[in-house]
Amino acid sequence: MKSFFISAALLAALQFATADWPQFRGPLGNGIASAADVPAKLDTNSIAWAADLPGRGLSSPIIIGDRVFVTCSSGPKQDRLHVICFNAKDGTKRWERRFWATGRTMSHDKTSVAAPTPASDGERIFAIFSSNDLVCLDLEGNLIWIRGLTRDYPNASNSLGMSSSLTVTDGVLIAMVENDSESFTAGFDAKTGVNRWKLDRPKMANWTSPMLLKVAGRPTYVLLQSGKGLAAVEPATGKIVWDYGDGASTIPSATVSEGILYVPSHGITALEPSPEGNSPKQLWRSSQLRPATASPVVLNKRVFTLNDAGVLSCGDAASGERLWQLRLKGPFSATPLGAGSLLYCVNEKGLLQVVDTAAPDGAVISEMDLGKTILSTPSISHGAIYVRSDGKLWKLGKS
Amino acid sequence: MKHILLLLSAWLCVGPAEAASPQISQSLKTIRAVGAEGQGNAEAARAWKEVGAADAASLPAILAAMDGANDLAVNWLRAAVDAIAERELAAGRKLPIAGLEKFVRDTKHHPRARRLAYELIVSAEPAKAERLIASLRDDPANELRRDAVQRLIDEAASLRTAGKTNDAVPKYQTALKSARDVDQVEGIAKELKKLGSPAELPTVFGWLTDWKVIGPFDSTGGAGHDKVYPPEERVDLAAEYDGKVGKVRWQDFKATGDYGLVDLNKPCGALKEVAGYAYTEFQSDKARPVELRLGCKNAWKVWLNGKFLFGRDEYHRGMEIDQYRLAGELKKGKNTILVKICQNEMKEKWTVEWEFQLRITDAVGTPIASAKL
Repeated sequence: MKSFFISAALLAALQFATADWPQFRGPLGNGIASAADVPAKLDTNSIAWAADLPGRGLSSPIIIGDRVFVTCSSGPKQDRLHVICFNAKDGTKRWERRFWATGRTMSHDKTSVAAPTPASDGERIFAIFSSNDLVCLDLEGNLIWIRGLTRDYPNASNSLGMSSSLTVTDGVLIAMVENDSESFTAGFDAKTGVNRWKLDRPKMANWTSPMLLKVAGRPTYVLLQSGKGLAAVEPATGKIVWDYGDGASTIPSATVSEGILYVPSHGITALEPSPEGNSPKQLWRSSQLRPATASPVVLNKRVFTLNDAGVLSCGDAASGERLWQLRLKGPFSATPLGAGSLLYCVNEKGLLQVVDTAAPDGAVISEMDLGKTILSTPSISHGAIYVRSDGKLWKLGKS
Repeated sequence: MKHILLLLSAWLCVGPAEAASPQISQSLKTIRAVGAEGQGNAEAARAWKEVGAADAASLPAILAAMDGANDLAVNWLRAAVDAIAERELAAGRKLPIAGLEKFVRDTKHHPRARRLAYELIVSAEPAKAERLIASLRDDPANELRRDAVQRLIDEAASLRTAGKTNDAVPKYQTALKSARDVDQVEGIAKELKKLGSPAELPTVFGWLTDWKVIGPFDSTGGAGHDKVYPPEERVDLAAEYDGKVGKVRWQDFKATGDYGLVDLNKPCGALKEVAGYAYTEFQSDKARPVELRLGCKNAWKVWLNGKFLFGRDEYHRGMEIDQYRLAGELKKGKNTILVKICQNEMKEKWTVEWEFQLRITDAVGTPIASAKL
């Protein structure tokens, strides 16, 4: 059974060049990098380059081939929206496209209008903003389509800001526009931006992101998390296949690893989807593993959660038993990334801490201070880490 | 031949630079035709490639195509302008600065198009842009006015730093007269207060402060937001109704303070799961389009002259000045404004507020006061 899941992971990774990072938390949406050459030790000599960014942004960079794409929002009301393409090699700008927000831009001071992470299908870049402006460009910066989702659905907004990132599969772009009022998730035709489907969703604010559940030999589903729980839908039609309704968090997103779903629900609840597509089976639940803002990460059969204060908890992925806790220097908003046995955790003050999860009780083996507020989850590609603050994008490689 | 070329060049300098070339004219029309829910996107993508491949001389025409275009089309065109400018500048070619300046100075054009033209001048000839913006302090496009106001603020700050308070105050006051962005207004007011010449913020913002309010009506489970209570059917200021906790009647409420807050907790009681209404009359000396600018962290609905403008059922996610900008039409004479505002069941300290603020402005943000007719 497990070999099916492993094969699925490989299949998913091969859809892109293996070093691409095409969406929030990477090609598999689980924050794990396949590259084995991500540096373990980081210091100021690790900065390959740093590029200036305009305005503000919490979105993660995405990397396709030799290009890094970032979104930003600027202006006194953050109503100027930017999609910028940099050369991965040296950080020079290839192109920048700007748009005016057609939706509302009010958001909490801690977040920004450029909070959701863009996504790519390898040919196109899709970017969404808290104003619910959704744009599609090709890799050269040619505009393919635009949607103004608050313009189309006037009460689709959240005065605190929206941050659900995008995902794309088989020609369908999925965007969660879930909020207290006009709440929905939609599948858009990747080529034209026209609705393929639109699903009413629970009327509650929701900052989680959609994930793909890909298992070899089974249909791909999109997982939509909300305060009500987790639903699996067909990406082509929006049809709900199954629905776990025991509640879930509205901030950290679930993680999929080897076909098992680790859902921020009552701590962490591990679910196993059934081959027949019925409701998933609960494998275990642990209230001792409790993610705050950062999403959980599963690495080498261990599940890791990070609370805002900086306590990293390690649990056994098979049983949920908490194995150890390690106090890092917090606070944290960014989700950790995993590579090999290492977790890369960047705190809100810009201190990047590398944790060796193979050490007994975990151990911080390297720290690097970027000196800026960092709330964005980093990305990894070709052994380099890309991390952004409001005003800077860094590439970190080997010292 | 040289003579003909010279004449042709002269025509091009003074001729209709904003007229699109035949090659892109149809493409611009296609882009302008994009609509709701992705209508026209596929055609616009093809048209965009043609427009984006145009040379720098086409920029004024592409900017002019934003006039009267919807928001989506304006963004399509903006991206084309960015692509052209980026390519031309990277190739060492010049932008048509004279044409762009002419475009900026023509207030008939779309404010954002004018702003974009100005930004292109900034990128190519910053000194010229600086001279240009100095003259735009009272421009009808707030996108341009803001930068001009910022120059005044910076000048006033320099005077203040140099200890020239007597010169700084009038400079700040001049800036305040022109400022329309809330952050600039508040920033200037803060400086004037420090310098001993505080601004009258309620007047500067133009809040509607004289209201009649009634409530509480029941809104258990949030149902009150959609439930039609009598004030929505007809405003009868002499009427009495069954409220949530007894009879309710209209009563006077004057919003005081710098931010014009109409706080229903005061007349109605700090209750939960309730709805209330606020009513006011506004005299206009002419029929005109306006914006009703509302700030509110509760669920709300707004009617102008009995016509429902908009409503929202979000609670306690934050409030800011001009949070919602509702387009409306004033008629000459008396206009009526009705606001419904609901409080939900939340118990946290930050959910106590049951209030709103409202002002009427033009599109630039200039407050309009009720006329004395």
